[in-house]
Amino acid sequence: MITCLGDVFFPEVGVAMVRLLRGLGVELDFPEAQTCCGMPLFNSGYHHDAAEVAARTVKLFERAEHVVVPSGSCAWMVKAEYPGLLKHDPALRAAAESLARRTRELSQFIVEVLGITRIESSFAGKVTYHDSCHLLRGLGESSSPRVLLRGVPGVELVELPGADQCCGFGGSFSVRLPEVSSAILDKKLANVESTGARCLVACDAGCLMQMGGGLTRRGSRVKAVHLAQVLAGEGDA
Amino acid sequence: MSDPALRTPFPERAGAALKDAFLQEALTIATTKFIDLRRESFAGFPQGEALRDRARAIKEATLQRLDAHLERLADNVERLGGVVHWATTADEAREIVLRLARERGVRMAVKSKSMATEEIDLNEALEHAGVTPVETDLGEYIIQLAHEKPSHIIAPAIHKTRGQVAELFSRELRGEFPADPEVLTAVARRALREKFLQADMGITGANFAVAETGTVVLVTNEGNGRMVTSLPRIHVALMGIEKVIPSMSDLVVFLAILARSATGQKLSSYTTLVRGPRRAGELEGPEELHLILLDNGRSRQIASTLREALYCLRCGACLNVCPVYRQIGGHAYGHTYPGPIGILLTAMLKGNESVRELAHASTLCGACKDVCPVRIDIPRMLIELREHLDREKIAPWSERVAFRAFRRLLMSETAFRASTRAGRLLQTPFVRGGRLRGLPLLFARWTRTRDLPPVASRTFRERWKDLR
Repeated sequence: MITCLGDVFFPEVGVAMVRLLRGLGVELDFPEAQTCCGMPLFNSGYHHDAAEVAARTVKLFERAEHVVVPSGSCAWMVKAEYPGLLKHDPALRAAAESLARRTRELSQFIVEVLGITRIESSFAGKVTYHDSCHLLRGLGESSSPRVLLRGVPGVELVELPGADQCCGFGGSFSVRLPEVSSAILDKKLANVESTGARCLVACDAGCLMQMGGGLTRRGSRVKAVHLAQVLAGEGDA
Repeated sequence: MSDPALRTPFPERAGAALKDAFLQEALTIATTKFIDLRRESFAGFPQGEALRDRARAIKEATLQRLDAHLERLADNVERLGGVVHWATTADEAREIVLRLARERGVRMAVKSKSMATEEIDLNEALEHAGVTPVETDLGEYIIQLAHEKPSHIIAPAIHKTRGQVAELFSRELRGEFPADPEVLTAVARRALREKFLQADMGITGANFAVAETGTVVLVTNEGNGRMVTSLPRIHVALMGIEKVIPSMSDLVVFLAILARSATGQKLSSYTTLVRGPRRAGELEGPEELHLILLDNGRSRQIASTLREALYCLRCGACLNVCPVYRQIGGHAYGHTYPGPIGILLTAMLKGNESVRELAHASTLCGACKDVCPVRIDIPRMLIELREHLDREKIAPWSERVAFRAFRRLLMSETAFRASTRAGRLLQTPFVRGGRLRGLPLLFARWTRTRDLPPVASRTFRERWKDLR
């Protein structure tokens, strides 16, 4: 599942994920009719609309054995909210529960389903990792991305002070209260720069858009990259 | 909206807070300290997690039979010689206090820290009726001198640096005081002791009230709180009806997690248990004890969206970790209760209309839910609240139309592809060095401070045919 931001703004992340997973022996398909998980609608309170999008997505992925998402928040949306949104239709609800069970965020899929923790990648350098809120507190995942980063021979992982603190994106929050969102981001990026890392790694398109946008605007030498790009050996720190 | 602070729209209030250097300094220091203390406290307390579950279960069960627990509490308080008053609205609660003051010739009332009295604007009402209210909690005393409102649930003067407090004391109490917390505390203590001796009424809130024993419980870090309950001849305690708990063994559960969540302490310095007024043969305590049970919109929510907000212990932990609160502080919210839980409480007390903007003052990061001693799912409830704003047509018309249009876009691959192509075309004048800058309209809200990646020359779905 390549959700809206990944499809439109970060296609290279999806491409990296495809190369990475194929290299690990996974057979892939991409249902081309997919658009977005519906989280922007859901989080702003448009639940009927989100339910329609959820029902559509559930059907599109009915036949997949596993569904891998390179974005913690979209994975959380599918796993935590789809069944509740579709609770009024027993058949759809059952399909949503099935999809929820089959869906994994990328790092979780590699570590838990494939059982792989060491990936040979040409990526080298000092990196730091930001815990995306929905992956960390929604899906309770903090170790898989770190385990995978440490497993790359040339990568040195330095812990980010306040790694578990929000980057200030928050979906529509980032444009409803842009000044507050940017002030939160400033604190995050000051922490990032204090690590001396050349790459900031995250597992969520939303956080990457926010933090990456802040980094280039301030002319920082630090690059924001997705975990898939590190593991697929694309670009260097 | 009678409050002048609310005449400025919320985004402007937040923007002003971001530019206040003193506020930023004070907030960062205090919230960071609270976060660290809480974390250390729970790290050395492995049974804490199970106690949090237990506390939540007690709150859930108590709300199921709230009426019965309140009646039992009232019976027991009266059996001990206290008087119980039921207030449906803030108006009624104020009127009860004013009537008591009037009938008993009260000219001055000393107060312990209480958010419930803030909620009903009691100080203003007392002043208007010729009764001088004196806040005796140090933080509350500071903001009373400054003619301000609390900006944090447990640390009302969190927005002030020690330098600002020294200036304030020097001006208001006529002296030359250094920015030394010990000196300033001694100054306040001296000023307040005189007030204690003059006051006829002591007004407190209540952290808990135990139904089976009729005990009113106050959790404080200053002895003045206890003195408010014991020195003046009349003690009035005001509590929200959700503060009742069934038994003393329940109290033990809450006490074990409340101070840890709030300040990282095992217990607060004072835990004051009040059972009735002074009895025959006792040397201390007030002649009269009045307990006011305040509804003010709470009972309406027992079976509704905001139900879980009634579990709140008012520890303030969710404020300390909230990225939004940490940037803008409490005053920008514009209501009695700030922070993530404050948005829910404001909706409860003042209606959904009052949180039209505030409901979106959260990134939904979930840090609040993580630290809440009773695990209130605040982000989830904020989302529910937003759903109500749409359903009740409180959300702006333009926003509701825009999101419906967005839904249609997501329901059709063709429309989605077309919009990507349109975006690619429209963005061309704004691409600089591979980044989007200076976008117009709504997009400017992003690009004023951040770059935006351009719509890719080939989206993932367009590349897929080469990859398959």
